[in-house]
Amino acid sequence: MEIIQVVIFSLLSTIIIVLLRAHRPEIAVQASLMAGIIIFALIVSKIAPIFDFIRIYSGKANLNIQYLPVLIKIIGIAYITEFGAEVCRDAGENGIASKVELAGKIIIAMLAVPIVTTLLELIIRIMP
Amino acid sequence: MDIDVIFKIAAVGILVSILNAVLKQSGRDELAMLTTLSGLILVLLMVAKEIVNLFNLIKTMFQF
Repeated sequence: MEIIQVVIFSLLSTIIIVLLRAHRPEIAVQASLMAGIIIFALIVSKIAPIFDFIRIYSGKANLNIQYLPVLIKIIGIAYITEFGAEVCRDAGENGIASKVELAGKIIIAMLAVPIVTTLLELIIRIMP
Repeated sequence: MDIDVIFKIAAVGILVSILNAVLKQSGRDELAMLTTLSGLILVLLMVAKEIVNLFNLIKTMFQF
């Protein structure tokens, strides 16, 4: 049961971080960053079977397989962006957090351009 | 990678707090400032290593 491990870990680290935040806010930020990294490392090995499942069934359904890596990459970028923005927001820097989110959105839009191009070309071809 | 990293960071934080209080009490404000800075850098080195690990993990996981 990984979830019990994750919850106990997060409770313990929350207690430690709250203890630190009163005296040393800058070290508390780093401790919460570390807690986030460790929780992700605990759970990351469970993602691979899900991606394999998606890949196998999109192959069976004759979907266009070439866009799947782009999709997975976009999920990764969204995760990293969220991670960085949350750390900034926890430290009280809302401005930097929203800029990180803006950068993530722009990069995701840039990666999605080929997919949108294919869709638009399909629409243009269908329309007389 | 386990909870002991968090404990280590907490220990550094508490130790720096205590040193800071003692040094401030004895009137050495510049030394107190230096302890704060060195504690911060110590923890930053620990965290930076793990951030590199995280980014490598994400790169292999999401096929960058």
